[in-house]
Parts: sequence; C-alpha cells; structure tokens
Amino acid sequence: MDIPYTVDTRPDTGLYNAKAGIWLFLASEVMLFGALFSAYILLRVGAPEGLWPLGWLNVPLGTINTLVLITSSITTVMAWAALKVNQFDRFKLFHGITLLCALIFVGIKSFEYYDKFTHYEVTLKDGRIADGHLKEATDTHVTISGRFVEEREELYDLHKHKAHGHETITIAREDIEKLSNYGPRHNTYMAIYFTLTGLHALHVIGGAIVIGYLWGPGSRLWRKDPERFTNRIEISGLFWHFVDLVWIFLFPILYLL
Amino acid sequence: MQATTHAIPHTGVHEAHHSDAGFWRTYIFSTDHKVIGIQYGLTSLTFLLIGFCLMLVMRWQIAHPGEPVPVIGGLLEAVLGDVAAKGVMSNELYNSFGAMHGTIMIFLGVVPLAFAAFGNYVVPLMIGAPDMAFPRINMASYHVFVLGGLVMLVSFFIPGGAAQAGWTSYSPLATSIATDGQTFWLIGMVLLITSSLLGAVNFIATIIQLRAPGMTWMRLPFFVWAQFVTAFLLLLAFPPLEAAGIMQLMDKVAGTSFFLPTGLAIGGDLANVSGGGSPLLWQHLFWFLGHPEVYVLILPAMGIVAEVISNNTRKPIWGYKSLVYSALAIGFLSFIVWAHHMYLTGMGTKVATFFQTTTMIISIPSVIILTCMFISLWGGSIRFNTPMLFVLAFLPMFGIGGLTGLPLGFSYSDIHLHDTYYVIAHFHYIVAPGTIFALFAGIYYWFPKMTGRKMNEFWGRVHFWLSFIFMNLVFQPMFAQGMSGMLRRMADGGAMYSATANARAGAGVIGGLTDYIMSLHTYILWAAVGLALAQIPFIVNLFWSLRNGPKVKSDNPWRSTTLEWQTPTPPPHGNFAEPPRVYRGPYEYSVPGHPTDYTPQNVPEK
Amino acid sequence: MSEKHHDEHFGHHVRRYLLVFYALLLGTAITVAVSYVPFTNHALNIGLGLVIAGTKAFLVAGYFMHLISERKMIYAILAFTVFFFVGLMFLTVWSFYDFPPLTITR
Repeated sequence: MDIPYTVDTRPDTGLYNAKAGIWLFLASEVMLFGALFSAYILLRVGAPEGLWPLGWLNVPLGTINTLVLITSSITTVMAWAALKVNQFDRFKLFHGITLLCALIFVGIKSFEYYDKFTHYEVTLKDGRIADGHLKEATDTHVTISGRFVEEREELYDLHKHKAHGHETITIAREDIEKLSNYGPRHNTYMAIYFTLTGLHALHVIGGAIVIGYLWGPGSRLWRKDPERFTNRIEISGLFWHFVDLVWIFLFPILYLL
Repeated sequence: MQATTHAIPHTGVHEAHHSDAGFWRTYIFSTDHKVIGIQYGLTSLTFLLIGFCLMLVMRWQIAHPGEPVPVIGGLLEAVLGDVAAKGVMSNELYNSFGAMHGTIMIFLGVVPLAFAAFGNYVVPLMIGAPDMAFPRINMASYHVFVLGGLVMLVSFFIPGGAAQAGWTSYSPLATSIATDGQTFWLIGMVLLITSSLLGAVNFIATIIQLRAPGMTWMRLPFFVWAQFVTAFLLLLAFPPLEAAGIMQLMDKVAGTSFFLPTGLAIGGDLANVSGGGSPLLWQHLFWFLGHPEVYVLILPAMGIVAEVISNNTRKPIWGYKSLVYSALAIGFLSFIVWAHHMYLTGMGTKVATFFQTTTMIISIPSVIILTCMFISLWGGSIRFNTPMLFVLAFLPMFGIGGLTGLPLGFSYSDIHLHDTYYVIAHFHYIVAPGTIFALFAGIYYWFPKMTGRKMNEFWGRVHFWLSFIFMNLVFQPMFAQGMSGMLRRMADGGAMYSATANARAGAGVIGGLTDYIMSLHTYILWAAVGLALAQIPFIVNLFWSLRNGPKVKSDNPWRSTTLEWQTPTPPPHGNFAEPPRVYRGPYEYSVPGHPTDYTPQNVPEK
Repeated sequence: MSEKHHDEHFGHHVRRYLLVFYALLLGTAITVAVSYVPFTNHALNIGLGLVIAGTKAFLVAGYFMHLISERKMIYAILAFTVFFFVGLMFLTVWSFYDFPPLTITR
C-alpha cells in the first residue's frame, strides 16, 4: 500500500497531505512568534516612563526591506500561478526574483546589525554620556563619531530629541565608566529586537534555502511529476508568505512605534 | 535491540519484509512508522530507567543526608568527580539530579513513550493507513529527539554538572547559576521541542488525511482521539516554551535581560545586567506549556485504558461520545488554566478567580472520562490478564491523583500546600501509578502485535502486584509529609530546616517537622528500592519474551475489534495486505445475535 | 478546460495579485507616514500602526495564501490557534495588571 493523497486531494477534506502539514506547522509558528510578541508587550509596558526607545532603527532601510519582502511575496505567488498554466520559464524568472529579494533582505539586515554592534554608548566618570559610532579604539583612548548628552533620556526618544551631531569625540580610557554597544545586552529593547529579527532572519534564510533548492536542482521534478512540483511550490510559498506576514508586524512595532 | 524485534518468525503468511534494505536503512534510518515507534519505545524506556535511578540516589540522600551512597557511591565519585566526593551526594549534585529527574521523566520518558512510541506504532494501524503522512519527517523527529536526549545526558559530565534550577528552570535562578548546565538544558529542550513539533504535525495530518474509507470521525477508536487531542496540545503549547527557551538562552549566552529584573543582586552584588526584564514572563510562558503538558501525559494513557477495558470486558466502552467530547473539552480548557501554578507569585484576586474557575471546570471532563471507564466495567465478564490488571489499577490511582489536585487548584488552600511534598505526591499519583501503569498495560497489550509472541503472564502479574504495592508505599506518605509542611527540593530532606525551627520554637515560631514525619523518609527509601526491584521481572520479561514468549496462534490473539489486529503479525511495510474498509464503530463487542463476541471494524455486513 | 479559458482565468488571478501588491505598497507608505504624525497621545500612533499592519496581514493571508477561499479543515485549525493565541496574549497581560495593593495599611 502506498501513502494516499500525497499529490491529489482527499475528497472529504479537500486537502493533500502536505497542505494540511504546512498549515499545522504555520499554526505552531503563530504560537512561537505570539509568545515573543507577548514578551515584547510586557517588556514595553513594564519599562519605566520614557525609557522605551523610539526611533532607534533606520526607518529608510526598514522600509526598503519591507518593500523587498512584499515584492518577493508577489513573485512567489506569480511563480506558482505560472506553473499552474504550464509556464515553466516564467516560474524560473519569478522565483529567481524571489531569491534575489531574500538575498537583498538578508544583506540589508546584516548591515543594520553591523551598524548596531559598532554603535556605542560611553558613560564617562564625570556623569556625561557620549553616544555614537566607534571610529577607533586603542589601549589609551576611544574615538567615536557622535555627540554628548546630559541626560540618558535624550538617548531614548529620538522622535523628540533628534540625533543630530556627528562630531568626532576622543575619550581617554581612564575617563570611561562604562562602554556598551547597542548589542542585545544593551537593554530589553535591543534584546527583543535582536531575538525577534534574528529568528525572523533565520526563517528567511531557511525559506530561501528551500526555495533555492526547488528553483535549482529540485526543479527537475517538473518534468517527471508537474503536479507534485506545483504543490511543492505552493507549500514553500505558503511558508514564505508567512515570513512576510511576520515582518509586516515586526516593522511597525520595532522601527516606527 | 530493534534487530531482535523483527527477527521473530512471523505467524502470518507474508515474507520477511525488511530483508533487502540493509541494517542501517532498516533499523536506524527507517521511515517505517512501526520501526520508529519501537525506536521511540526502547529509547524512552531507557530514559525512564535513568530518571528512576537518579531518583533512587536522591531518596538515599534525603533519608541519610551526608552519608555515602551505598553500592554506587564510588562509581558516582569516579564519574562525576568532586560533586560526589567520597561517594556523598553534594547539594549541587542533588539539585542537578532533581532537575534532570523531572526533565528526563517528562520530556524524554513518559511523553515519548505515550505519544511518540504508542502513537507511532498504533495510530496508523488503527485508522487503516499504510504509514504516517510524512515518513521522512517522522524519522527526523526521532533523530532530533535522540540528539536532544544526548545533549541532556552529556550535560551531567561537563564541568559544573547538569542544570540545577529544577525542571521548571525559573529565572533568575536558572540564569544566575554560573555553570553551563542550564545552557545545555536549554539547547536540549529546543531540540526536544522541535522533535515534538515535527511529530505533532505528522500525527494530526495523518489522522486528518489517512483514515481508511469508512473510518469516519465517530468511528475512530478512543485511543486515536486521545492522540489527536494530544498532538494539538503539543503543536500549540510547545512553541511558547520554545520562545521562552530561546529568550533564556539569550539571557544565558548573549547577556540579555529578558527575565532579569532591574536591581537584581547575585551573591550580594548587583548583577552586571541591563535589567528591565520580567521573571514572571518566564513562569507564564513555561506554564503555558506546563499545564497542557499534564494532559499530554494523561490523555494517551486514557486512550490505552479505553482500548484495554473494552477489549477485556468484552463490552463496548460506555459513553463513547461523551469520552470524545470530554477529551476535546480537556484539550480546549487545558490552555487557559496554567496560572494555577502561580498563585503565590503575587497574583491579584481577579486573575486568581478566573484561573480557579477554569481549573475546577476542567476537572469535570476528567471525571466524566473516569466515570465512563468505571461504568464500562459494570456487568462485563472481565478477563483479568496483565494489561487489564494495570488498567484496573490505573482507575483508582488516577482518581487519587486527580482528587488530591483539587485543593491545589484553589488559591486559598494552595497557599499552605504550594511547593510541598503534597504537590509531589499529587502529580506522581497522576503520572506514576496513573500514566505509567497505563503505559505498562499498553506494552503488555500490544507486544503480541509487535513481535508475534505474548509476554509471560506469571511474571507480568508479579510485576504488577509488586509495582502496585510499592508505588503506593512510596507516594502515600508524601501526602502526610506535605500537609505537615515539608517543602520540596531540600537536599537534606528538611533536616536542617527542622532542627533550626525546633531550636527557635515558641515565641510565635511554629516548630519544625516532627520526628515521625522525618522518619517517613526511611520508609519511602526502602519502598523505592522495592519498586526498583519490582521492575526487574518486567525488564527480563520484555527481552526474554522476544524469543521465548508463547507464540500467538492468530493475528488477533485478544479477539479485538480495532483495525491494528486485522493485519499480519507483525505488520509488514505498508501494513495492510489490501486497503481496509471500515463498516462500523470501534467497540462492537458482544453484539446480540452475532456468532462471535466481537465484530472487527473491517468485516462487511452480510 | 480549454487553453484559452485557462489563460483568462490566469489573467484574472494575476490582476488580483497585482491589486493586492499595490495595496500593500500603499499600506507601507501610510504606516511610515502616519508614524511621523505627532499625535498628542502616542497610543493613537500605535493603534493606527497596528490597524494598518493587521489590514496588510489580512491581504497577504487572504489573497497570497488563499485563505479567503480555503477548506473548512484549515479554518478549524486556525480558529483553534487564534483562540489560544488570544488566550496567551490576553491572560498574560491581564495578570500583569492585576496584583494585590502594594501599600499595606495597618
């Protein structure tokens, strides 16, 4: 006996096996990201007044990444639709664009990560705080390009306190109380930012690997069993749309609000 | 070991079905749900034994704090080093063993055995499917499970030893213990959760998609329903713990403060963390899984009980539909009761009232299920074989476990009982003489299908009676200890606490535990040793019967109605000689006017 | 099904996908723009942002993932998920707001 309904649909449920499987998997993914979103809410409402960061991330880059993912989403669905009408070349073209989009997304994301890891907050022993990007660090001094602030609050709500000023500041090592970059340990906002976007980026990479396989070597199946191949594209597409859907929420809550 | 399972000569007419695939494809990288089920079964039984041994050592330490562990003390020192210097269990080692006993028993022992092993072997057979819906994902699920188990085991041998913060791993304690045990625990858990997710997706898809023609939802055996609900619990309750695990891993490895509050002091010094996190968040996310997990432990057991009861009373199970709806109600409600584990976290009265209410409501479907099982016994001509004995013991034992849970579900009485031995006795009554007895029943019941031989009946009865007696001797005294205020997780069994409290008795301080309550530790220790000895007949019987058990004379030795008995024994790859078709419900026993006292689901009407 | 009919059907679908695509682009533009409007209450910004995100999510799930015309079984699975998702969010947040009074009066 072979396993039934691997390709054709079961009459009473109207589904083939993998379609039931992927939706169940996505249901569990909803709960995974749901738990992280509820963590975000609790950390945010639990933060002291005025100490939840606003405007820390690069909105133009975030917007571009949003557009990139939306574009990849439509090319994914177009690739599937192309297979439905037997246009294999069009499928190749559309999914090629999807892959390109995935690459651009990960590239931009890596640049944003890099930017955060080189961004430092320097607390001086006299109580002042310097904030900016690291230019040079030696045994005796640290050079950053940024500004001085009087109160830590000024560093938090960047909608109110615009982050202008790119003066070069050199600080002697012995004047430094604390040197901390904007990595995950900086505060809970950076922690949830890196965790959420990191997990999301892993999903993007995982999805891109699967789509890349189906676009490249996996596409040989098209000649042998086109229906099954089309189903595979549909399943991987559903996953890809879900990844896009998560980003639709991540973008406003982390970048904008 | 898997090799022997399939080397048994078959009573059926088919040819040996695995002979051409080679050892690795057949036994290690098999995609056959039956092989994977047996792999899960043997692995999880091994883990159950390991978890049990950890507990034995702990019981010695509780009864005789500071004395060298007899017999294996030297071995502990040789393997684990300073934490067991001179064969004496240190407090750190006690904490490790305690945390790992819980973790291993639940995540590596009972759940894989109840859900993955029995589910894998039996569910596709019961619904008339050739295999699981995604055989390769099934294989991956087992391999990820083994990997997770290995990470957990390896953590015993790293410097500092395994995780020490209890199986609940509350932050900030779990994060602030300086050793790497917790990191291993978290990585192991993420792997185990991934494995469960793969398994859960597979089970649900299989039950939805691969039911044989005629196998409508209301013709599914109750065992399949129980597994179906269990799979949904795993699918939707585990991801929040995975998220929490990832966050605690970030706390541990990347220095974040998800669960670390502002102003956290460790060892008297302000911790070098950014703060701002919430320890309560961990508890919420943990118990969001933790409570459904209880039903993950109990539902498959109830499924096995239903199958064995109807088969051995030769009667339809009483109230099939109420069983199904109760199982669904349990699944649904189990997601909104979790915070009854957290009454003492400074929870307000409104939230506490909500969770008390849902907790009391969820006991209703559990009682309905148990009542249906009891009523099923009424008027049956009961066959008292080994599986039936275990199932008959399950009913009152689970009753004790369930009823003693009610005082814990009310926030007022929970203030007194929280974190005492009463809690330990309560949930062990649910899981040990409850679930594990049902799992034993399942092993004795389905062994003939897996191997073509029955297990030895005499030694099965010895195993049952000794286990039954010692199980109660182990857990019954703990109720008394808990009610008199003995707390969990004290490495010396409360000796120091008691001595200090007695010294300060009077002037508004209630004294420590009485000598009688403390002396119960000794009884429990020897009862636990007895329980260990009682498992020897089982282990020997399991392997001895593979080759020497009495051969079954037909494919359906218990004369059962469900589909798994209507296949060759053991079932070949692909299970059924020809696709089965289902004509009736699962429990058509003793139908009046029928020539036999059972009518299998796949026999056409005349 | 004739080849011509197939193509017509296809064209219809593609037009719909493109419409959704434009709507998503527009949604993104509005979200970004709205976030810069300094409402007196920041909660209004948050609310608006989430409403737009929800609409975009609905479009992606409904049309790209074809949820709008999906099978009953999928709806059932997702209904459960939504219920537990809401339970997790709501009950957790609620319990953070309900705690005993912190000041003790004698």
